[in-house]
Amino acid sequence: MEETRVVLHKAGEFLPTSSLEYEAVGGYAGLRKAAADPDQIVDVIKASGLRGRGGAGFPTGLKMSFTKGAVADQKYVVCNADEGEPGTNKDRVIMEEVPHRLIEGMIIAALAVGADQGYIYLRAEYPHVKKVLEKALEDARTHGFLGRDIMGSGFDFDIQLFIGAGAYVCGEETALLDSLEGKRGEPRFKPPFPGVAGLWGKPTLVNNVETLANLPAIMVNGPEWFRSMGTESFPGTKLFTLSGNVNNRGVYEFPVGVTIRQLFEEVGGGCPDGRRLYAIQTGGASGNIIPASLLDTPMDQESCDKVGATFGAGDLMFMDETCCLLDVLENLAEFFVKESCGKCTPCREGNPQLLHLVQKFRRGKAQDGDLDLLIELGSAMTIGCLCGLGQMAPNPILSVVRFFPQVFAVNNVYVRGAS
Amino acid sequence: MVSLTIDGRPVKVKKGTTILEACEFLGIDIPTFCHLKQLKAEGSCRMCVVEVEGARNLQISCATPCAEGMQVHTRTERVVSFRRLVIELLLANHDTNCFSCPATGRCKLYQYAMEYGVEHSRFAKYKPHHPKDESSEFFNYDPSKCILCRRCVRVCNNLQANHTLSLKNRGPDTWVGLPFDKLFKDSNCVSCGNCVSVCPTGALTAKAGKSYRIWEVTKTRTTCPYCGVGCQMDLLVKDGQVVGVEPAEGGANPGILCVKGKWAYHFVNHPDRLTTPLIRRDGELQPATWDEALDYVTQGIQKIKEESGPDAIAGFASARATNEENYLFMKMMRAAVGTNNVDHCARL
Repeated sequence: MEETRVVLHKAGEFLPTSSLEYEAVGGYAGLRKAAADPDQIVDVIKASGLRGRGGAGFPTGLKMSFTKGAVADQKYVVCNADEGEPGTNKDRVIMEEVPHRLIEGMIIAALAVGADQGYIYLRAEYPHVKKVLEKALEDARTHGFLGRDIMGSGFDFDIQLFIGAGAYVCGEETALLDSLEGKRGEPRFKPPFPGVAGLWGKPTLVNNVETLANLPAIMVNGPEWFRSMGTESFPGTKLFTLSGNVNNRGVYEFPVGVTIRQLFEEVGGGCPDGRRLYAIQTGGASGNIIPASLLDTPMDQESCDKVGATFGAGDLMFMDETCCLLDVLENLAEFFVKESCGKCTPCREGNPQLLHLVQKFRRGKAQDGDLDLLIELGSAMTIGCLCGLGQMAPNPILSVVRFFPQVFAVNNVYVRGAS
Repeated sequence: MVSLTIDGRPVKVKKGTTILEACEFLGIDIPTFCHLKQLKAEGSCRMCVVEVEGARNLQISCATPCAEGMQVHTRTERVVSFRRLVIELLLANHDTNCFSCPATGRCKLYQYAMEYGVEHSRFAKYKPHHPKDESSEFFNYDPSKCILCRRCVRVCNNLQANHTLSLKNRGPDTWVGLPFDKLFKDSNCVSCGNCVSVCPTGALTAKAGKSYRIWEVTKTRTTCPYCGVGCQMDLLVKDGQVVGVEPAEGGANPGILCVKGKWAYHFVNHPDRLTTPLIRRDGELQPATWDEALDYVTQGIQKIKEESGPDAIAGFASARATNEENYLFMKMMRAAVGTNNVDHCARL
C-alpha cells in the first residue's frame, strides 16, 4: 500500500537540515503565501478542518483564533515536541527528516496569531533530534527565515529550543508551560486556556509537531485539497506508529480513515512467525486495548470512539497470541504510577491502587470485589482527575475489562493469549 | 452578573464568581481540603467536585467559574461516590491513630470520613512514611498524617513568602519537605506557624496541641498586642487559660500571623505578668490604680520641667503602639512637655 506523504513529503530525499534543499523540493512556499496575507491564515486553516495531531483532535483553526483574538503585548507559539506517549514516534521522524517543515509551520502559526517568539519543547530523550533541530534552526536564521524582518515582510520571529527533563506529564500543554517557565511540571486548571493565558500568562498557541508541520502544505495547496484526504470530520493525513508484534514496525503516513487491518496486514505485514493477532492497543499507553475482531475499524476519531478504540496520536501496538494482557496492564499501570505528577489526589493515590489490584489478578490473589473496586476506581479517575494523564490512565484496564472479561476471572491464574 | 441554578435554587452572582463561592452564598456546604480563599485555586484535592449539566467530567467548584444558565448539582450519586473514593484513597495511607492525634476533632479527613460514611478504606496501604520532624520549638511535623493538600506549601511560599516548604519527588512519592532534607530547626523557617494554622489534618500541629481538644476551647477574637499592625486573631481558651492562637482574617492580615502572634501567648497567664501599674513606695513596687499612676507620672514630669527645663526629659515610643498612638505620643512630648527629645525603638 502506497503512503500518502504530505508531512513527510520528499522526506529522506534531501539533507534535512538544509533550508536550500528544503526549498528545492517546494519548502517555504507555504510561508511565502502566508506572509503575503497573514490575516487570512486562520480562516484558511479553519476551512481546511485541520485538527490537532497530538491526541486530543481539537480544531486547530479555532485554537489559533483564540490566540489571534487575544489582546496582549506579547504572544507565543509553543511546539509540543515532548513526544512521551509510549508507542509514538511520529514527531521524532518529522523532526529528524523534515525539521524545516516544522519550522515553517511555526512561522506560519506565529504570523497567524501575531507572536514574535516561539519555543520547541523537546523531550530530553531525543538528544539526536536536538542536534538536527539546532542545525536546522541555525540554517533558517542564516537564510533569513528566522530573526528580524523575515523575508522582507517586516515580521520578526525566532524559535528557541528548550529541552524537557523527562516527565511524561509535560506532554500535557499546561504542565509543559509550567516546565518551560522553570517550575515543577504540573498541569494547571483550565480555564484560562493557554490560548488566552499561557506561557508567563501571555496568550500562547501550543501545538503538536505534526499539527504545525501540516500548515505549510495547507497554505500552498489550499483547504479544498486538504479536505480531499482523510474523513469529513478529520481531514488530512496522519502519521501512524506501528509497534509491538508486527513485522514492519515504523512510522507511516496515510490518509485518516485507513483501517487498522490495512495498516496491520498491508503495511505491517502481520505478526512475526505467522502468529495470530490477539489484541491491539490503540492511541498509546493511555489508549484502549481492543480485540483483533475490531481490525476493520477505520483509524479516525469518530470510528474509534464508536467501537471503543482510541485514535489518540495514531499509535497501534499489536499483541499476538503469546501476549498476556495482565502482564501488559501491570506494565502500563507501573508506567502511570511513575509518571503521575502527584498533584491531584485520584491520580496520585489512584494509580498505585490500580497497579496493586492488577497485580493481585496477575498473581492469582484477587478476591471477590476486587474487580468491582478496579472498575469503580478506574471509572472515577476518568471523570475526576485534574488532567488527561489521570483521566486516561485507567483506559487500558477498563477496555480490557470490557473486551476481554475472561482475563479478570477471579483467580484464573495467568490467562494467556486467546484463552 | 450571571444567573445559574445550584441544586435547583436560582442564584445571581457577579461574573468570575466560582461555583464554590456561589454555594457558600446559598449556604450549601461543599467539602474542601486544598482550598484557601486567600490564594488562587489549586484544584488538586478534588473533594469539591460537583456535577455541571452538559459536562462529561465532574467539575471542581473551587476553580470553575459560574456561567450563564449553568445547572449545578452538588450531591448527585456520582459526586458523593467520587468524594467517598477520594477519602478512601487518602485514608489508605493515613496514620489513623486518632486517639493520640492533636488534630482530633478539627481534622477535615476525620470529619468528611464521618460525613460520607467511610469507616475504613478498601484500598491497600503502600506508602512508607518519611520520619517525623519535631525539631521546631513550636510545632511538630508528622508526614504520616499528610494528605498532600499543599496548603502549607502555598502559604509558606505565596503568603509568607519564606520558601521553606516545598514539594519533593513526584507522583505517589510526592511529599512535603524542606530543601536538602533539612530539619525545621536547621532551615530558613521563621516559625511563623502559618503552615500549622492551615493544615487540615494532624500533619502540622502545635507542640502544645495535645493539651486540649478543639471542642473544649472557646474562641475569642482579639487584636495581636505585639506591634502596630493590628493583626486579628482568635485566642483558644480552655478553663480560663490561653492554649493556642489561630489567625483570623483582619484588615491587616489575610489569615496569617507572625511567630510572635502565633506562638508567644504564654505571657497572658504568666505569674510575673503585670496586671496593674506599680508605684515604688517606701522602696518597694506596690500595685496602684491607673489614675494614681498617671497622676504620679504627670507630677514627676512637671517637677523635672520646673527644676531643670523640658529638655531634661526624653520620651521613647514603642513599636507595639499603633502609628496613631505614636503620633500622639510625639505630639504630647512636643506640645505638652515642650521638648524635641522624642524617639522610637524601631529606629535602632
